[in-house]
Amino acid sequence: MTAIDGVGSAEPSLRSASSRPAPALLYGCLLLLLSGVAIAAVTVGAAGIPLGRVPVALGLWTSEQAGTLLARDQLVLWSIRIPRILAAAVVGGLLATAGAIMQGLFRNPLADPALVGVSSGGAFAAASAIVLIDSSYGDTFRFMQNAVLPLAAFLGSLVTTFVLYGIASRTGRTSIAIFLLAGLAIAAIANAGLGLLVFIADDRQLRDITFWMLGSLSGATWSKALTIAPVLVIGVVACFRIGRGLDLLVLGESEAFHSGINVERLKRASIVLISAMTGVAVSICGVVGFIGIVVPHLLRLMIGPGHRMLLPASALLGAILVVGADTLARTIVAPAEMPIGILTAAIGAPFFLAILLRQRGLAGL
Amino acid sequence: MRPIIETHSVTMRINGATLVDGIDLSVGNGEMVAIVGPNGAGKSTLLRLLSGDLQPTQGRIELKQADLRSYSASQLATHRATLSQHVNVTFPFTVEEIVRMGAGDMGIAAAHPLVEAAMDEVAVRPLRSRQLPTLSGGEQQRTHFARVLVQLACGEALHGPGLLLLDEPTSSLDLRHQIELVEIASRRARNGTAVIAILHDLNLAVRFASRIIVIHRGAVAADGRPAQTITDELIRRVFEVCVDIQHHDDGSPVLLPQAMKSIGPGNVL
Repeated sequence: MTAIDGVGSAEPSLRSASSRPAPALLYGCLLLLLSGVAIAAVTVGAAGIPLGRVPVALGLWTSEQAGTLLARDQLVLWSIRIPRILAAAVVGGLLATAGAIMQGLFRNPLADPALVGVSSGGAFAAASAIVLIDSSYGDTFRFMQNAVLPLAAFLGSLVTTFVLYGIASRTGRTSIAIFLLAGLAIAAIANAGLGLLVFIADDRQLRDITFWMLGSLSGATWSKALTIAPVLVIGVVACFRIGRGLDLLVLGESEAFHSGINVERLKRASIVLISAMTGVAVSICGVVGFIGIVVPHLLRLMIGPGHRMLLPASALLGAILVVGADTLARTIVAPAEMPIGILTAAIGAPFFLAILLRQRGLAGL
Repeated sequence: MRPIIETHSVTMRINGATLVDGIDLSVGNGEMVAIVGPNGAGKSTLLRLLSGDLQPTQGRIELKQADLRSYSASQLATHRATLSQHVNVTFPFTVEEIVRMGAGDMGIAAAHPLVEAAMDEVAVRPLRSRQLPTLSGGEQQRTHFARVLVQLACGEALHGPGLLLLDEPTSSLDLRHQIELVEIASRRARNGTAVIAILHDLNLAVRFASRIIVIHRGAVAADGRPAQTITDELIRRVFEVCVDIQHHDDGSPVLLPQAMKSIGPGNVL
């Protein structure tokens, strides 16, 4: 076992089993927090809508508000802000849940789809679709873009995850060192491919690819948000079925089999879920890193590592964090907008380093 | 005595090497079987074959008179429970959460008495809220043994006596806990469970097992009651060491390696 294999044990949870919160209380608190962040996100932005005007603009009650102001509020809310908040919440839920599943599958709390190249694989496939299919089929592609890009990103993520698992796992054992290094190599290959596509792309394609490389929710629309929302719903429902299996997988593949889990089926289901969730999130907002690592880590400190609670809670906390981060991204440099990928990397990378430093301390290095 | 598990000419070859070579054996209700043999003899491979973890390249294994391959993973888990030699848990599950995993899909309330009883039996109840990665190797091993006991109890409640497989269960334990673990396994055997345990300590094996199977170069070198099976000739042939075998009042053999015997007072280096 190499030194790097020693890194990758989850930190001790802050709570013992008996003091961990009840599921209803946890989900209730997270839903309240999500509602609070969403309401704050509705009110702030380039066109501010004070909290008092929001219910009127939403049609919840009437007032004597000036007609043009009401019309502007309604236009901003229904056409721009609400679909964007919905897309941000779905993307956050997808990325955080995919991260939590990946950490369970690889038995390592440092696994993250963005960190080990799964997001890059999806982004490369989506960018390939933009450049290669767009060049060949033009208008037909633009008409189909909402459907083609998530599918391409999903397939790119799927291939990447299978390759990663194939390289890092052998005879039922996973080497964390090989896993992380293979992830870096795969991310480098995908990024090289993206660089090549940038080189051959025309101006309009170049703008679209840049969006994937930096990550942004500025292009979110109702149709995009509603295209990816079912994947989150299906994913969270599936999480309730695979939660116990992932708990037992933490003991090792043999132990999971001895305990009655069809390990191969569990691994296949997990890989498809990770790929689908990461791929469709990438197709909407590009590569947004660290959500998949920060959210499950915070939750494990509060509620412990049991996946039956961790996975749905990750979806909620991921939604909260990305709605909050996107609100920051579109306000801190207003009237311009910062790509959310830059913001999550700026906050998430130091967080990741803090986890590593803390683990180094726990390992006595 | 009804056979719980039977093997018929079971052979396992990997990359041209024969790890298990045509083994025939049958273990029935209430037997406490110790598998002994030198390193690399094929003991762990045999146990993995019996657990369904590996498929034999030749031969057939029957669990309760049905082909082992005909059981799904979830069905198998209700007929046999297995304790592996090394289980490395990286996430901060508590002792109680790990033990409860043995109860499968059973609700927390229904599993509670089984979980409490298992934690009491292996003496990990005081550690119940401790996180597993923070415990010593021996404490972790006992926790996993409690989990396996819960799984066995759940399965036996459904289908009657089952099979308990233990792969070097005492490797991380101090002397007291080694004896306690083997006594717990013996109690299960007295209640009808078929217990098969790989043990390296021959004295522990002859003291607590009702039957000893000696594996050498992938085949059965000897099989029978401890007093009749463990002879100095067998030990010399299989383990390539000389031992002095004495006997307790009850007739059970006690092994004393000759190298240790020679280092006595006045004879120390």
